[in-house]
Amino acid sequence: MKILVCISHVPDTTSKINFSNGDSLFDTNGVQFVINPNDEFGLTRAIWFQEQQGATVTVVNVGGPETEPTLRKALAIGANEAIRVNANPTDSFFVAKQIAEVIKNGDYDVIIAGKESLDYNGGMVPGMIAGILNYNFLNCCTEIIVDGDSVKAVREIDGGRETVSTTLPIIIGGQKGLVEEKDLRIPNMRGIMTARTKTLAVIEPISVAVNTKAVKFEKPAPKSAVKLIAADNLDELINLLHNEAKVI
Amino acid sequence: MSILLYAESVEGKFRKVAFELASYAKKVAETMGTTVTAVTINVGDVSELSKYGVDTVLKVTNDALAGFSAKAYADVIKQAAQKENAKLILLSSTTDSIYLAPLVAVSLEAGFVSNVVGLPVNTMPFQVKRTAFSNKAFNITEIGSDVKILGLAKNSYGIFENTAVLTEEDFNPTLGENDFGVKIESVEKVTGKVSLADAEIVVSGGRGLKGPENWGMIEELAEVLGAATACSKPVSDLDWRPHGEHVGQTGKPVSANLYIAIGISGAIQHIAGINSSKVKVVINTDPEAPFFKVADYGIVGDAFVVVPQLIEKLKVFKASHA
Repeated sequence: MKILVCISHVPDTTSKINFSNGDSLFDTNGVQFVINPNDEFGLTRAIWFQEQQGATVTVVNVGGPETEPTLRKALAIGANEAIRVNANPTDSFFVAKQIAEVIKNGDYDVIIAGKESLDYNGGMVPGMIAGILNYNFLNCCTEIIVDGDSVKAVREIDGGRETVSTTLPIIIGGQKGLVEEKDLRIPNMRGIMTARTKTLAVIEPISVAVNTKAVKFEKPAPKSAVKLIAADNLDELINLLHNEAKVI
Repeated sequence: MSILLYAESVEGKFRKVAFELASYAKKVAETMGTTVTAVTINVGDVSELSKYGVDTVLKVTNDALAGFSAKAYADVIKQAAQKENAKLILLSSTTDSIYLAPLVAVSLEAGFVSNVVGLPVNTMPFQVKRTAFSNKAFNITEIGSDVKILGLAKNSYGIFENTAVLTEEDFNPTLGENDFGVKIESVEKVTGKVSLADAEIVVSGGRGLKGPENWGMIEELAEVLGAATACSKPVSDLDWRPHGEHVGQTGKPVSANLYIAIGISGAIQHIAGINSSKVKVVINTDPEAPFFKVADYGIVGDAFVVVPQLIEKLKVFKASHA
């Protein structure tokens, strides 16, 4: 089984979000970048397939050289090899086209991406790859078992969960549940050392028509301070929620 | 050239998001001087859509679509768009719509923007505002493609009545085997409770509640308010509550009208997941809890004292405002 895990290089949740260049660019100054959490759940599940079922795991990212430490981290966690498509990820369709091209050339059986990334929260890339390649697609996937060509999986739906069956090749929009937080791995020294010698191939992008373009960023208006209500004056809370906030 | 929306339903009944989407579509259609067409799947009585400004309904009735299949549903929407020659397609942000939207976008070579808030900023060039960085920022995005798809963020526009004369038309899109590559084996759904996805009010509990045996008052408060229950990550990690209730960055996002956090300190990952809720109330013993910085209303107090009193007072309030 050949698995491809799509890795987004995203700012850590605790990062301060600022913009530069007339609010047209995300200001990466002082920002700590990490593997997108939804991708990390998928990567860890992929490593499970590697250890239990002899799968090979490739990680891919579309980005500039600054994303390589994130790919190296994925290698240190246990991925066999990495691919970086050397391009600025301008929009989801562009990224999906690049990854679809990698898949066409690599003959992967299972492609795992996070259901959304922490930066643009678009949630589009796995579905777009599935659309481009016409592969089976499972979003919000929380469990997956592969046996030969057949796949059994569970996905989260509004108000519950659904068990589904399908066949390879498949694209997964993954999330927590594929593994639990406690199963996530912190790279150990041996992993970090081996990662240095693993292949990190850099390939050039294919050209793609631009459909959407980020023009400008804005920050939300500053929030007014919390209104504190005394614990023995709950009538006032109900009054405010009813008459001021109008939510009950 | 009319605007096309997919009016989502569950067991033959429209979900609220369908009415929000219709209200939004009507407003955009007015600015663009066009009409609103909705496509529905297995809904018998579609007349309710006329209240929110829908002019035409393409009614799809097909047993093969009884269970949700993202590919098949995407195919239906694509064919409806082609039939109507729609240049603007509107979808909601439910789990199902987020699942099918990228498939529709690829098949129509359309530019797609998700998490849209508010009306288009501009129609020439076409620009919309969307949330980014887990609601810590907004982004103005320009869509240059001929066909455009917007995913409207839940609860971001509201529902407005605007009665139209509705024309119904049966629509029979052609579906192939390829549309049903993923087969549903079984569905487990919590019934009789408000689901987090549809809830306008959410009552959420954290580790401050000390143990799963104390959730009775959370459920009772939720019941009085017609709310869904949720929990913080430590609570689901400790298995005090089911994983499906975990809200926050790696759990479910919540975009409610009212979010009540009880015994939740407000870790940044939790806030990231609930921040698009309109009004936030926090009840916590610790006045330094970070949640107070993002909340609209706060009570510094012991949940075990405050919540039972709040339940009683809300019962009285509800009885007098019924």
